[in-house]
Amino acid sequence: MTQMIKNKTKEQGMTLIVKTVTRLVINVVFLYGIYIVLQSHTSPGGGFAGGVIIALSFILLMLAFGKDAVLKKLNRSKAIFIMSLAAVIFLFISIMGFITDQHRIETIPFSDIAGAFMVGMGLFVIFWALIRSTEGKE
Amino acid sequence: MELHLILIFMICASIVAVRTKDLISSVIALSAAGLGLCLAFLILKAPNLAMTQLVVEILCVIVLIRGTINKDLPLVKDGRWLFNTVSTLVFIALFLTLIFLVLKELPRFGEPLMRVSGEYIANGFKKTGSANLVSAITLRFRGYDALGEVAILFAAAIGVLAITRRKGRLHDSNDKK
Repeated sequence: MTQMIKNKTKEQGMTLIVKTVTRLVINVVFLYGIYIVLQSHTSPGGGFAGGVIIALSFILLMLAFGKDAVLKKLNRSKAIFIMSLAAVIFLFISIMGFITDQHRIETIPFSDIAGAFMVGMGLFVIFWALIRSTEGKE
Repeated sequence: MELHLILIFMICASIVAVRTKDLISSVIALSAAGLGLCLAFLILKAPNLAMTQLVVEILCVIVLIRGTINKDLPLVKDGRWLFNTVSTLVFIALFLTLIFLVLKELPRFGEPLMRVSGEYIANGFKKTGSANLVSAITLRFRGYDALGEVAILFAAAIGVLAITRRKGRLHDSNDKK
């Protein structure tokens, strides 16, 4: 049984060309997402766009190398935990701007980072849950 | 005041949506609650979020009606063509009149719309300290819009996880019945 699962995981993913290109590109995509998030203070970008790029890098990895290559590094409970923590931090920043004098506190980078983690992990979790639900119907 | 009325309406619609037996009536009551939420966002001065809520609500209604229309459809075909035609014409005339009245209130095409955004452009950097004005507007001036968008996405992720989960409580509820 384990041998069967191993064979199945070896066949997962796409061809060698896609895997090689993904291996070259994936770091650049991930870093570009982080750059978009961190630079949104001074140049166009923002937490939502950067979060979507980060999620897309994980989705690209999952499409090219199969499901288990990603889930080894970022399993479901960890992704949900990061998503929920980022949402709570975003809510806390918003409420803090409501309570205190918001002209004095610099909140844009922090809420950008929290929103990026929230959006990225949320889209990744949605994608993963959808492909899991279609796999179960075989 | 209007906000409280809309909240009471939404609570009534949600109770109807939960309690009614007919699936299509339930979907329509749910969409009424969602549109009430959209109006509440509009009153709370979050137009971006209200537009998002409206689009998502329409999509949800389409998907839910498509899903439930094969289950039970109370179809009445005979004997009411006069009433149907007259009511359709009356509603078309009503909507056309209202749209005509609304379109007169809109600013004319090409007229500059810089009443609020002029304030943002003039004082945005001084007030927020951010060189990127779009980021300053979405995260500072309209921060609750961004909070609502994050809440929508969080709810979507939780909903997808809850719908597609494998370990359900199906057996427990069957045992209880």
